[in-house]
Amino acid sequence: MEEMTQNDYCPGTSSEQAGKSASCEGCPNQQLCASGATKAPDPAIAEIGEKLSVVKHKILVLSGKGGVGKSTFSAHLAHCLASDGTKEVALLDVDICGPSIPRIMGLEGEQVHQSGSGWSPVYVDDNLAVMSIGFLLSSPDDAVIWRGPKKNGMIKQFLRDVDWGELDYLVIDTPPGTSDEHLSIVQYLSSTNVDGAVIITTPQEVSLQDVRKEIRFCQKVKLPIIGVVENMSGFMCPKCKNTSQIFPPTSGGAEKMCADLNLPLLGKVPLDPRIGRSCDEGKSFLNEVPDSPAAEAYRRIVQSELSFSAHFL
Amino acid sequence: MEQNNDGSLALVRHVVLVLSGKGGVGKSTITTELALALRHVGKKVGILDVDLCGPSIPRMLSVGRPEVHQCDSGWVPVYTDAQKSLALMSIGFLMEDPDEAVVWRGPKKTALIGQFVSDVAWGELDVLLVDTPPGTSDEHLAVLESLKKHKVDGAVLVTTPQAVSTGDVRREITFCKKTGVRILGIVENMSGFVCPHCSECSNIFSKGGGEELAKLTGSVFLGSVPLDPLLSASLEEGKDFTTSFPDSATFGAISSISQSLLKSLESD
Repeated sequence: MEEMTQNDYCPGTSSEQAGKSASCEGCPNQQLCASGATKAPDPAIAEIGEKLSVVKHKILVLSGKGGVGKSTFSAHLAHCLASDGTKEVALLDVDICGPSIPRIMGLEGEQVHQSGSGWSPVYVDDNLAVMSIGFLLSSPDDAVIWRGPKKNGMIKQFLRDVDWGELDYLVIDTPPGTSDEHLSIVQYLSSTNVDGAVIITTPQEVSLQDVRKEIRFCQKVKLPIIGVVENMSGFMCPKCKNTSQIFPPTSGGAEKMCADLNLPLLGKVPLDPRIGRSCDEGKSFLNEVPDSPAAEAYRRIVQSELSFSAHFL
Repeated sequence: MEQNNDGSLALVRHVVLVLSGKGGVGKSTITTELALALRHVGKKVGILDVDLCGPSIPRMLSVGRPEVHQCDSGWVPVYTDAQKSLALMSIGFLMEDPDEAVVWRGPKKTALIGQFVSDVAWGELDVLLVDTPPGTSDEHLAVLESLKKHKVDGAVLVTTPQAVSTGDVRREITFCKKTGVRILGIVENMSGFVCPHCSECSNIFSKGGGEELAKLTGSVFLGSVPLDPLLSASLEEGKDFTTSFPDSATFGAISSISQSLLKSLESD
């Protein structure tokens, strides 16, 4: 059952059409699917529940929009949490087609090792573990051209088969959208307690309109929303110190959206060229330029997140 | 009845995909601006927005949420002007509530894209631009699958300069090679920001990554588009940047990219 057939037009083994659609003709698993056995809850959900019962807090980082800074935020959230040496922190990247976490965490070229208890994650520090499909690719040119079912299988393996150990925090970075990866992660985590989701947006309406969909998604799947972060919020010229709204909040930005939807705004992070540079070099911006307004903003946001999570458990 | 089996793309001269492995680098922005720039030089242009989970083009062209009508030869695209020089079809038009999330897994997306590509009555077009979501997954395979019968001229790849982005676009290049899509060129977006107060140029997302990537992979570099708050604002308000700011450096960049693209399409 592990790898069901990856028929190009497979309607999905748990869909209504499983085993019945025209494209199921000739598939070796057609009978199995038609029998309804594949529609039963995946036994992996219970296994994952068991495995992650020793993970105290699970935080998803989401956004309907791409390129708004989900991975940057996830990485810095993980760094910030792990700066408390007594906490065990892990960062899981479920962006299967565009894994950025290995580079941002300075782990490009690292490979995953197999141990008796599963895949070993890659460690940045003693108390900061990372897992990404990037560690399974042999070259930076490798494209993961996978349809949904195969991506879902990989996410399942990440949750069930990685030797996470006991953790205080598991931060999960996601790809943009509201599709396979998101449904899968929520489904596979359904027998565990998830603290909630941090939603990342940029100030423009073009971004907010996608983010509203993501919020609707969270509500649909009953995923609590910890709060919203507005990233790329204004840019202060390093020379003349004037601030420009490069991505103008024409509809009131995250502030207005949060007020409208009654969600907490965790904070705003300004644009700073040093953030992107730190990410490219795989360093923590918080260590590189600790006294910058953006680092300050990140730390404040993580504090609000922590006080949310403290009420959890 | 002038139904033909070639489908609705029979009178479309060139089909160009706009791709990027990375999200939020400006695929929809570049698609919109290229379409406007091509129209500016008298071409008839269509945009097919296959980003099902985050359709941005309707807002960028300020067409609101019109109802999509059907005619004998399929869905009638939405025109942005009376001259019908710019046609648009987007999933955004089929949603009743704009905030509704399209929570669909791959197979359902594949089915809708198949329909989108084959059932829109584009009529006569010089160029059809296909705007895609980030990644190398269901939507991308579906578009190529549905366009199999029709010739796809190639893809324009959009990236931002920083390594985190070009890394993802390298994967997209591999996708193109594996699926036999010609790379028409690479565009570097968000390339530097000139402070409107002191004219100091800050490379917020680094610089030169797109050109380097083009060299590394032996692709054509089409040009770079700077970060420009006027461009962001135009897109937010759905205004035609090419007519509002024809003297700006940003417009110059966009129009030169569209010229190179056109040349490459017509030299075939």
